[in-house]
Amino acid sequence: MNITDAGITAIFGYMVVFAGLLILMIVISVMGAYFKSKEKTTVKSVEPVQKKPSPNKIPKLKKVNKPVARGSAGHVKLYDVSDKEAAMIMAIVADTMQKPINELHFISIREVK
Amino acid sequence: MDILETLRTLIADSGFAGFFVEEGYKNLIMILISFLLLYLGIVKKFEPLLLVGIAFGCLLVNVSNFFSGGVSSPDALYHPELWDAFLDHDSEFYHSYGNIMANGGLLDILYIGVKSGLYPSLIFLGVGAMTDFGPLLANPKSLLLGAAAQMGVFLAFFGAVCLGFTGEESASIGIIGGADGPTAIFLTTRLAPHLLGPIAIAAYSYMALIPMIQPPLMKLLTTEKERQVVMEQNRTVSKTEKIIFPIVVAVFVILLLPSTAPLIGCLMLGNLWKECGVTERLSDTVQNALMNIVTVFLGISVGATTVASRFLSLETLKIVCLGLIAFCFSTVGGLLVGKLMYKLSGGKINPLIGSAGVSAVPMAARVSQIEGQKANPKNFLLMHAMGPNVAGVIGSAIAAGFLLAVFK
Repeated sequence: MNITDAGITAIFGYMVVFAGLLILMIVISVMGAYFKSKEKTTVKSVEPVQKKPSPNKIPKLKKVNKPVARGSAGHVKLYDVSDKEAAMIMAIVADTMQKPINELHFISIREVK
Repeated sequence: MDILETLRTLIADSGFAGFFVEEGYKNLIMILISFLLLYLGIVKKFEPLLLVGIAFGCLLVNVSNFFSGGVSSPDALYHPELWDAFLDHDSEFYHSYGNIMANGGLLDILYIGVKSGLYPSLIFLGVGAMTDFGPLLANPKSLLLGAAAQMGVFLAFFGAVCLGFTGEESASIGIIGGADGPTAIFLTTRLAPHLLGPIAIAAYSYMALIPMIQPPLMKLLTTEKERQVVMEQNRTVSKTEKIIFPIVVAVFVILLLPSTAPLIGCLMLGNLWKECGVTERLSDTVQNALMNIVTVFLGISVGATTVASRFLSLETLKIVCLGLIAFCFSTVGGLLVGKLMYKLSGGKINPLIGSAGVSAVPMAARVSQIEGQKANPKNFLLMHAMGPNVAGVIGSAIAAGFLLAVFK
């Protein structure tokens, strides 16, 4: 193979990789957009149901502005701890205890000064 | 029984005598190299799961095989001349696995799995089952970084042609820049099997050296301000998307480049087993038991190809240098497109995630995370870098598929 052919093959090959992944990106973006829109419509239809909780839980929900994730035991109270630090602490605790994080219930995390 | 004669025969047949016959000293050099590789694998922890096996395969083949007149020792574990006949169109044993099975040593038989492309594909099955494509699905633009980071593959390919390698050999050398061991082995066994030893060792060594190779380039090509960028958290990807993704990629990429079918097919099948939620046993098997078994066979049989008389050559030195160039330019390619994305997004994308596009999962992503945190301790780039990182796996498979389509 001569150098000119090698140069053309190299440029063409790089373009093929780019084109392949670019088209794949478009396909995934379309797929993602479809699922996002589907998720939004699902959330809208679920919202009225969430507005009718059992009487015992009403005060707790009123205190919190953020939505509660499905299956969640509620919000953890953070004292002088950022969200990211809290996430790290919860992950470390789960890892140390060798328990899945969704099986643990964190009530509060407080920075010890 | 003539004891002296027996002793003489034993001494003459021993490997120690082999060091003084023809190019036997080369075996001694290779044995020392295998010790060095064992040291790097065990003490320095350079890709130990594969490097220890490769190093021991190298040791075994060079203590058991002393050539005399181009013919292997009778008790050799690996016979390169059998594989030469296997690849020779004019030989009566052309593509005859029966000849290998009948006359080969233990490592010849294990090497059949490499030659047929079985081991790299099975490794990809395990890699697929271990990979979470969620970060890529959350940020599809990552695919462009994975594509950009294949620059080293094609630059090294061009460089290899300039240095006098054939097109097939150059393609195999270039793919080192994909930073993907199984892909490099897969392509090399198809195009330039005689270069498998140096290419595999260069690929795995440089992958292990990523924490040393990438940071200087990352600092050189990015400003402090760029490295400090904190990226927004990615959206949550639904289970359905994760299940559909491997099917879409398999269909799309294999239709685009049919030669990628063994690698992409296995990668996506492994991922589908992981994500679909109804094949947990299979996912667990390919992630652990199968992956470990194949790693045992792959390492030792790749090591077996480092026969002294073929490995110790100027070509090996060129391959090692070109491999390093490929790695560096792949990193540079990813970083440059990362910088472009930083500009186009108005400073929302940290260009450091671009270097993770060189595959080498998850080490390259970890390097991005470490460098990002050095610049800004509140920076958490790991999940953002995992997107380009897994995109790099697909990108290097496409690059390999292209080179295979051109040269096969």
